[in-house]
Amino acid sequence: MTNFNYSKEFCSHDATFLAENFRSKKLSIVEYISNLFSYIEQENPSLNALTSLQKEAALQRAKELEHRPAQSHEILFGVPIVLKENIQKKGFPVQCASRMLEGYKGQYDATVVSLLENAGAIFISTANMDEFAMGSSNEHSCHGPVKNPHHFKHSPGGSSGGSAAACAAGFAPLALGSDTGGSVREPAAFCGIYGFKPTYGRISRYGLVAFGSSLDQISPFARSISDLDIIMRILGQPDVRDATSLCTSYESQLGKENFLKGRTIGVPRSLLTNAVDKRVLVAFEKLEAKMRDFGTKFVDIEISTLKYTLSVYYVLASAEASSNLSRFDGIRYGHRTQQAQDLFELYSQTRTEGFGKEVKRRILLGTFALSAGYYDAFYGRALAARDLIVEEFAKVFETIDFIYMPTAPSSAFLLGESSLDPMQEYLNDIFTIPANLAKLPAISLPAPIDDEGLPIGLQFYAPQGNDAQLLALAYDLEKQGLVKTTAFKNMK
Amino acid sequence: MSEHVFSKNYPILNKITEKYDIVIGIEVHCQLASKSKMFSRSKNAYGDAPNSNIDPTCLALPGALPVVNEECIDLALRMGLAVGSTIQKVSVFARKNYFYPDLPKGYQITQYDKPLCFGGSLTLQNKKVVRIERIQLEEDAGKNIHVGTASLVDYNRAGVGLIEIVSCPDMSSPEEASEYLKKLHSYVVNLDISDGDLDRGNFRADANVSLKPKGSSTFGQRCEIKNVNSFKYLEKAIAYEVERQHEIIENGGSISMETRGYDSDKNETYSLRTKENAKDYRYFPEPDLPPLIISNERIERIRSILPELPETKTSRFIETYHLPEYDAKVICASKVNSTYFEKLVSQLKGTCDAKFLANFFMTEVMRAIKIYADTKGISPDELNEVPVSLEHCVSLLKLQANGTISGRIGKEIFEEMISSGKSPNLIVKEKNLIQISDDISIHEICLKVLNENQSQLNDYFQGKEKLFGFFVGQAMKISGGKLNPGKLNERMKEMIESQRNKG
Repeated sequence: MTNFNYSKEFCSHDATFLAENFRSKKLSIVEYISNLFSYIEQENPSLNALTSLQKEAALQRAKELEHRPAQSHEILFGVPIVLKENIQKKGFPVQCASRMLEGYKGQYDATVVSLLENAGAIFISTANMDEFAMGSSNEHSCHGPVKNPHHFKHSPGGSSGGSAAACAAGFAPLALGSDTGGSVREPAAFCGIYGFKPTYGRISRYGLVAFGSSLDQISPFARSISDLDIIMRILGQPDVRDATSLCTSYESQLGKENFLKGRTIGVPRSLLTNAVDKRVLVAFEKLEAKMRDFGTKFVDIEISTLKYTLSVYYVLASAEASSNLSRFDGIRYGHRTQQAQDLFELYSQTRTEGFGKEVKRRILLGTFALSAGYYDAFYGRALAARDLIVEEFAKVFETIDFIYMPTAPSSAFLLGESSLDPMQEYLNDIFTIPANLAKLPAISLPAPIDDEGLPIGLQFYAPQGNDAQLLALAYDLEKQGLVKTTAFKNMK
Repeated sequence: MSEHVFSKNYPILNKITEKYDIVIGIEVHCQLASKSKMFSRSKNAYGDAPNSNIDPTCLALPGALPVVNEECIDLALRMGLAVGSTIQKVSVFARKNYFYPDLPKGYQITQYDKPLCFGGSLTLQNKKVVRIERIQLEEDAGKNIHVGTASLVDYNRAGVGLIEIVSCPDMSSPEEASEYLKKLHSYVVNLDISDGDLDRGNFRADANVSLKPKGSSTFGQRCEIKNVNSFKYLEKAIAYEVERQHEIIENGGSISMETRGYDSDKNETYSLRTKENAKDYRYFPEPDLPPLIISNERIERIRSILPELPETKTSRFIETYHLPEYDAKVICASKVNSTYFEKLVSQLKGTCDAKFLANFFMTEVMRAIKIYADTKGISPDELNEVPVSLEHCVSLLKLQANGTISGRIGKEIFEEMISSGKSPNLIVKEKNLIQISDDISIHEICLKVLNENQSQLNDYFQGKEKLFGFFVGQAMKISGGKLNPGKLNERMKEMIESQRNKG
């Protein structure tokens, strides 16, 4: 059927290319998917990115698609996708990397799953993650840590480390993660790919296991901006099943106008202290200089409320998590202790056995923050501070188009390095959390790497709702070669 | 403030109120009669097979989200408008966190510091105004069922919409409390807000009871009596609780704040949990639901289609139909009855007057309702419709009005109509019950009666005028009750007088 060369590079094709060739029947979906699984089965054991390969179901679906013509709306016809294991899909494990949900299988399809399948996509596997999406290193997982495809001794970032590593390793051109405080952008930065967190509410949360409901956003990984655009055209829809979803749809702006020339970009320069890694700063300034050459204006900005970022985030996210995770009680599904004598013990033992250390830490923190007598001092003040942060961003955006900063203070740290000190791990999210607090769209772009070093992520924020403009800016940067995925480069 | 409240059923309380004021506030949880649940698409139905009306949201499967059912909001707004609450343009849902097997999410979605309605009131018969503090929206829990040593949970009820109606502590006797509760109940039922079935838990009341020295402006420590599901038991539970608290205070003790249950068999309240064991519910705004915004247009739309309140309807019946207050109240106590009555009035307009129809309804129809309910083993309030065909009633009353049948025959036909379900016209035809009104037939029968009863006629002429009734009765007997009574009377009188003159 095809002369396509299944060389090692076959897995580097992006979704746009694959869909086009599958739609025109120039490539065989079945052949591609089965080759892909051979590759994954060989490479995944050392990466530990994917947790439950769905080979049979994927091949079955590939056959179905192959034997009929693609319909016009099936813009991801035959394209393989990886799903973070905290998103519901009927029959797929939804384990959230927790002993608590061992053996639990999806009972319904998340809105994102239905939309993507309706667009012709094939879900090939679930991905590893930090337990219940809490963590920035992917070491807090009952499946064990994920390795960074660029260097196995390093973390892929978290919490969506499995999805990021899978996309960077070529297991799929697209992967879904969830971003509550940077859980997609940080791993994208560490793995040298693109990670896009849309405006809060742009993508339906229905079917995403909640961590911090007011911060959570399902977010895609890709190795090209056109792939992010394609998946946003499918997922950026209002959803009646999610009361917090936006009432407008994503309307692509890719290549419609020049997003470099004449745009004004704000840089919170005072945040770029010596806590930021030297290599990151160099890459940061290099992109800035090149953008100036293309006619982009840069201004320094101050966002004074950002000093509250970490405290506000950890109070709100933990408080919401403490309530969201109450449903894991051993009554209806998931782990149930064998030790209980009464109802109280059933709850406490089940949860003691089922949850990992980081999850317990945050449940305790959140429960405390909501307790009678402490609410006003913690949760109430954090809510008020969040409002200030939202207002200040809105004000700052009155005179600029985008904000520019690194995604993380460093490139991927060594596995085992951060998990010893939770504060160190929390500090890692300092550049990503504000977007979640202020509900802004933000994207992590891979800086081109000339040396043998690990990938570096550079980040842009846009005003609420300007998801398409942000992707259009990233598209122009990618087109000019100013940012570039490092997937497959230096793979060891 | 501290007028003496006379408690008819609880004489001991009269004694207590010489020294103390009884302070009672009521919280009612009322299930909304919406088609689906408050935050999910599952059916809201009672009595279906366990766990048949469930979905990811009301089962709290990981990742499922709540979405507000607008029908529930409309029903709650209806309640708020009916009792004169101020509808809040912006209200906020909150999470109330606690663990229990019937609470699948580990929290209940409710409202906390920003409920849908503030204020409003109901007026009792003694003109006392009971203020309503707030009305809030929330969701019901499932049901734990204990079978031997096993515990099972049915989530059919989990997520059903509720309104919680909280009164101010304005009631001062058990009777006032039960009257308030009955009145609230008639509102929710008449306004189609709830099925209001107490046995099924559609309408559940908690009472806060405390005592304070007569005239004092400081409230005493209160106890809450939970989930009393009958008007009578609520009264009794409060009366018991007042006596209990009185005894403690009189013996120099003090009341500790606690939640109590009521045992109707023993007629006493018992401690469920004390304040020290009170739960910390860790309320916080529900992040899955944006604030609920109510527009003026929506409020006006609900107001314009607000079903008539029982009181308003009673006044209208007095005004429009010129009914005595008693009749209007009796008929308007039930929405089913008053609706039926109004249909009768409108279909028989120009034929029968409303007062006549009210008498007919309150005797014949209501008796039939009672008998029907008795055979079904339920109370007449529980019937969804009047078990008498409106069409048959109308034709019966028309037959009576146009003189085809007599009133007496009418009663007979009504009974037959109920038991056989046949139409009055058919019954009249089958039994040949058409009233005899023609002069010749009446004349012949009268003549026969007078000829056959000459001695009585003589007595009559001697002055025993009471015997007139006897002659009429004989005539009716011969005719099988079919003679037109007016004409018969007239004719009989004429013929007796002509005989007297002849004699």
